[in-house]
Amino acid sequence: MDPRAITAEPQARRPDTVPGLGRSLDSQEMVINMGPQHPSTHGVLRLELVVDGEIVVDVIPHIGYLHRCFEKHCEHMTSYQQVIPYADRLDYVAAMSNELGYVVGVERLLGIKVPERVEYIRVIMAEFSRIVSHLIAIGTYGMDIGAFTPFLYCMRDREHVLDIFERTCGARLLYNYMWVGGLSHDVPPDFQESVRRFCRYFKPNVKELNDLLSYNKIFVERTANVGVLPAAVAVNYAVSGPALRGSGVHWDLRRDDPYSIYDRFEFDIPVGLGLKGTVGDCWDRYMVRVHEMEQSVRIIEQAVEQLPPGDVQSAIPKRIRPNAGELYARTETPKGELGYYIVSDGTASPFRVKVKAPSFVNLSALPAMCRGAMISDVVAILGSIDIVLGEVDR
Amino acid sequence: MLGEVLRKPDKGKSSGVLFGDHERYVDWDGRSEDPQGSPGGALRRELEAGHSSPITEYTITQTAMKELLLGIFENPVIVYTLLALVPLIFVIPFALFAVWWERKISAHMQDRLGPMRTGGWHGWAQTIADILKLIQKEDIIPSAADRRLFKLAPYIVFAGSYAAYAAIPFSAAYIGSEINIGLFYVIAISSIVVVGLLMAGWASNNKWSLFGAMRSAAQIVSYEIPIALGLLAVVMVAGTFDLQEINRMQSGWFWNWFMFQKFPFLFLAMIVYFVASLAEVNRTPFDIPEAESELVGGYHTEYGGMRFALLFLSEYANMFAVSAVASTVFLGGWNSPFGSFLSGPVLGFFWFLAKGMAFIFVQMWLRWTLPRLRVDQLMYVGWKVLIPFGFVIVFGVGIWTLAVR
Amino acid sequence: MNAPEICTALKERFADAIPEAKTDNVLQPSINVVPGTIKEVALFLRDDERMKFDLLMCLSGMDYTGGKLGVVYHLDSTVLKHKITLKVQLPTDSPHVESVEEIWKTANWHEREAFDLFGIIFDHHPDLRRILMPDDWDGHPLRKDFQVPEYYNGMKVPY
Repeated sequence: MDPRAITAEPQARRPDTVPGLGRSLDSQEMVINMGPQHPSTHGVLRLELVVDGEIVVDVIPHIGYLHRCFEKHCEHMTSYQQVIPYADRLDYVAAMSNELGYVVGVERLLGIKVPERVEYIRVIMAEFSRIVSHLIAIGTYGMDIGAFTPFLYCMRDREHVLDIFERTCGARLLYNYMWVGGLSHDVPPDFQESVRRFCRYFKPNVKELNDLLSYNKIFVERTANVGVLPAAVAVNYAVSGPALRGSGVHWDLRRDDPYSIYDRFEFDIPVGLGLKGTVGDCWDRYMVRVHEMEQSVRIIEQAVEQLPPGDVQSAIPKRIRPNAGELYARTETPKGELGYYIVSDGTASPFRVKVKAPSFVNLSALPAMCRGAMISDVVAILGSIDIVLGEVDR
Repeated sequence: MLGEVLRKPDKGKSSGVLFGDHERYVDWDGRSEDPQGSPGGALRRELEAGHSSPITEYTITQTAMKELLLGIFENPVIVYTLLALVPLIFVIPFALFAVWWERKISAHMQDRLGPMRTGGWHGWAQTIADILKLIQKEDIIPSAADRRLFKLAPYIVFAGSYAAYAAIPFSAAYIGSEINIGLFYVIAISSIVVVGLLMAGWASNNKWSLFGAMRSAAQIVSYEIPIALGLLAVVMVAGTFDLQEINRMQSGWFWNWFMFQKFPFLFLAMIVYFVASLAEVNRTPFDIPEAESELVGGYHTEYGGMRFALLFLSEYANMFAVSAVASTVFLGGWNSPFGSFLSGPVLGFFWFLAKGMAFIFVQMWLRWTLPRLRVDQLMYVGWKVLIPFGFVIVFGVGIWTLAVR
Repeated sequence: MNAPEICTALKERFADAIPEAKTDNVLQPSINVVPGTIKEVALFLRDDERMKFDLLMCLSGMDYTGGKLGVVYHLDSTVLKHKITLKVQLPTDSPHVESVEEIWKTANWHEREAFDLFGIIFDHHPDLRRILMPDDWDGHPLRKDFQVPEYYNGMKVPY
């Protein structure tokens, strides 16, 4: 079998392939830089677009503008705990999820078990951060397509979650909340009530969002059948998260490789069905996020009802010295599969931490989706895979 | 034409203006016999001949103004220049107000408050502060730009949108120039904007600006056609291009407005016109030449300070121009919706403004609700939806007119 | 299939390519592979009916110190739901390994990253450029013996 067969890329729509046009017209390809300062690259990403008029012939992403040497930093920490604030800054819109992935990995390496209450609070927080991240993804996606108002509606809802975070750990964006073996603070006394209040408040807002944006005719026209990523190609590119599920692949680490206590909750895994166009188009990826928010609310509702009492700091080890060994721990963050490959040599600081960032991998599939699209579609596709440059560049 | 004496038919007279009666007012053959050749001649002759009930009369103030100014300056060039600046008294405050208004509208639609501090009450002075800031800013011209074109472009854009105001009837008592091809003139002159936009995009020497300029040229040229078709349907009913004349035909109660005539054809014509006019003024969902999230700012990416302010001003001026045409042609312009109740030259200005603002409100409402189309979809909407609709409307109106006759 | 079975199957197929394997009583079973054969092994693992490792979760460069670099491949099968880790050890003075970009497209950027940060050269990679560091950066920063340069383009680096 030809190893390349699986990733055959769509042929670009070029004017010279249109019969009767093309060869006679003297046209030239133009190279145009999208970014690093551009409102739709969601950060300091530079896309080198080779365009033929409005049609994109090729996209060459250039990353690294936000490289902060996360992996090098990890090797120079004096303790495993010290990595957590840096992990926050990977995907800074869903910091709780990054922490969860890291602490789960280190705890497995250490072989310790954390109290039930910690597990439940972690799940609630991780799901909250999924909602927050998806709200930003959806809001900014609307803005990429040209609808400004949904963005502020999403930000309004996000504010309520951030309030809960703030009252729990004092921070609104970068929490340093989950520690190896426990949490930095217990939740406030009225936590359960405020979570329930948020769930009640949030559910109708998803419908409002659907009315305003998801099923808007123009929005559907702009996103359906655009940037189609077939399932086989998506898996080959190791695309993960909503981008993979949008392609119709039923794959969610919370169910397929359970960590923490996700196996105790009932939730569905939304996948792209191609309702408005082709399976794996931008609309599917977008809609998976909307449904995932609803599922996250479901998980939170279950978790908050079962929240057991207890101490959240009892299991935090005084000194963390895992035995020499290594582990690839992966969790499902809002962006996709976040993997920490942690290698321990028996000392107090990690020998090597490699982060497999979902945005990094998802972004690498961008050129395959963009060829033959139009410039406006590049914006739509980039928004639909929802990258965070903090995580891409690390 | 400037010396025209206008007569405003009252409610009792005008109720039968439409539905084929218009030929009484617009006498194509009679026009050449009219000694002044003025478009209102036929009407006046008829009125003078006593076919109608009593009428109210008022003289256009601008005639008096012109004569007064001629008396002072004794130089027609100065006088006409001054007269040409009169709409500016309206346009600049309007643009300042509209920017503030748009901010407030968008803010309240988005669950926030918008500017609240500057000037006290609801930040009313925010745009004044903004314009003062823009005036003070350094005038930056990119070193690689084509300096002369770059400097010229905002003026051309503004001239294009401002020139349209010459033929817009603000009130029964004021129209810059009551030419008999007023509507035609407005459609034609507003196309000059595209020259300025192309110039701005090209001269900026920025690929994104160039994209914006090319998109805007394609868009404005395409959407001229549905605009013209939508207005043509009204012209077929009215039988004249004279906007003041069109206004006078719609006097009386609001069901005399052209919007409700030849139902549903002219109503559809209004929708076609309105949608196309959104594209004409680069508003969402047709704002692809600016496309903030794709092209950053399109043709005005490289502009700053006063030049940017001028582009912005002309954008808002253009917005009001198309809305004014819509309100004049479809909503009776300065006519009161309630016949002679609350009508008159001053209140007429109020009604005209209210209708224009209503259109602008809808434009803003759409802008803060809808996403943006892609460039090919934009062309699809223009050529495959609006233009066929426009033709259907024109045919429908034509057949109706013939059948009724 | 669990890790020992995968290891056995691999040893049957590529007898010389598997110098060492840790599959029992470890957190993460891994199989060492000879650098020259990694591409054949990878293609076998991806396409074999029993393996179907269609997902390359992660590809990491390693500096094991003592003149050894390494590449670690974490494989997963979305179909059969089993995992395995492949490891390749390379000498620091000539760190050449065959690229698996043709087998898993995702390896493209991971390999570029390993090249950028460790200086591992992936043969037959279509586009082996630096990815995170500036194009004119000197050295490979994640190597344990990397010394931060005093100046980069005239700018003082340790601030």
